[in-house]
Amino acid sequence: MTEPVLNIEPEPDQLHTTPLDALHRRLGAKMVEFAGYAMPVQYPAGVLAEHLHTRTAASLFDVSHMGQFSLHGEGAVAALERLTPGDFAALKPGRQRYTLLTNDVGGIIDDLMVANYGDRFLIVANASRKAGDAHHMAQHLGGAQLDQHPDRALLALQGPAAAAIMASLCPAAAALGFMGVAETALGGIAVWISRSGYTGEDGFEISVLAHDAEALATQLFAQPAVLPAGLGARDSLRLEAGLCLYGSDIDELTTPVEANLTWAIGQRRRAEGGFPGAVVIQDQLKTGPHRLRVGIRPDGKAPARPLTRIIAGDTEAGGVTSGGFSPTLGAPIAMGYVRRDVAATGTPLGLSIRGQTLPAQVVDLPFVPHHYVK
Amino acid sequence: MSETRFTKDHEWVRLEADGTLTVGITDHAQEALGDIVFVELPEAGREVVEGESIAVVESVKAASDVYAPLAGRITEFNETVVDDPALVNRAATDEAWFFRMEPSDPDAFEALMDEADYDALLETL
Repeated sequence: MTEPVLNIEPEPDQLHTTPLDALHRRLGAKMVEFAGYAMPVQYPAGVLAEHLHTRTAASLFDVSHMGQFSLHGEGAVAALERLTPGDFAALKPGRQRYTLLTNDVGGIIDDLMVANYGDRFLIVANASRKAGDAHHMAQHLGGAQLDQHPDRALLALQGPAAAAIMASLCPAAAALGFMGVAETALGGIAVWISRSGYTGEDGFEISVLAHDAEALATQLFAQPAVLPAGLGARDSLRLEAGLCLYGSDIDELTTPVEANLTWAIGQRRRAEGGFPGAVVIQDQLKTGPHRLRVGIRPDGKAPARPLTRIIAGDTEAGGVTSGGFSPTLGAPIAMGYVRRDVAATGTPLGLSIRGQTLPAQVVDLPFVPHHYVK
Repeated sequence: MSETRFTKDHEWVRLEADGTLTVGITDHAQEALGDIVFVELPEAGREVVEGESIAVVESVKAASDVYAPLAGRITEFNETVVDDPALVNRAATDEAWFFRMEPSDPDAFEALMDEADYDALLETL
């Protein structure tokens, strides 16, 4: 048999490491290359156990490979609105928003979290895109200033037990609503913390100085409910939650409308435009896109992996962009792009897998309900 | 007295007393794959050639092909593994066998790697 790509990739010599690298290795993580970083794909418990633990208790993820930027100074709001279709004039201090860097044809350069910390916006970007994002954003700053934070780590505590843990370690974080942010201390360590994540569960993302990262992780691991989880579980959790993976589900050739991310476009911005690709995106909002990102449930047990062809009747309908096994449902799930005329929930589709056409249907996203705090 | 041999593709092949071969994946393979969630096996009666992709094993992370270790005819597949793919993680080298086959050339088995050779291969990975 052939071994999966994730496992046979040897670790290249010149990988970046996160501030928790030594801790991962002590915990027995299987390390892989991801976006130029040595990252834990799983710990000895394995992806399934880590996934289910996140849904029932709490897991700590190291996402320090992600890019962190501060945008500040006169014109920061205007710069964000030149770069994204988000309504940042309306983003109050203490609040965070999911948004997209778009290009001139309406494609997605990256998806971001942007938080208003009062005197600055904290921007969190994908690891694989952060260098390009920095270059791109620098060209649209006007009078605003952009600083990168290579000296900071990012940890995500995710799961239903996360809130009770914060209540004891960081009451200011426990008091946040969904997508709230605060600059505070966690167990005596200065943090920038948001009530958010990318698993569909309640949870927190914690930005901390690199030299405090291991002490912070150690405090969180001292909580009985908290276990480590790797990129493998992070991917299956975000897929169950119907969330996009940059480079698979969205890229520079997919628009926010096609990607079913129109909710990330502010109402005012839809009318006013003024962001890259606005003409294309506004037209798609009016007339509908040719293709749409949808959820797909295969009828059988065979997972449909990315690039699987999707068939409707005897016509080509599109392709799978993310797919695998849902530990929560105990069944395969997938996301992909299909023609708009076969994108309605309940539409029967075929998946071309190993020469056979296997039955599937379009389903609503997310596959597993979100459990965000109210 | 049964004898077990191995392939470079991380399959074990056991010669049974009646001359048939029982085939599964090695402990190294299941460990590398991680949590196994789907197994597709060849139907009984199928004629296969050596190296033909005839089964699929998928973990939460990825899909992998399983190849026919030798030419021959499939006589049986293990329905228990299809119903409970996680059994491969628990018992790859016994209960979680994949399929049985009659080799076209009974002597071909001898050309497969013995355990010492397979262990040496693992050392190089």
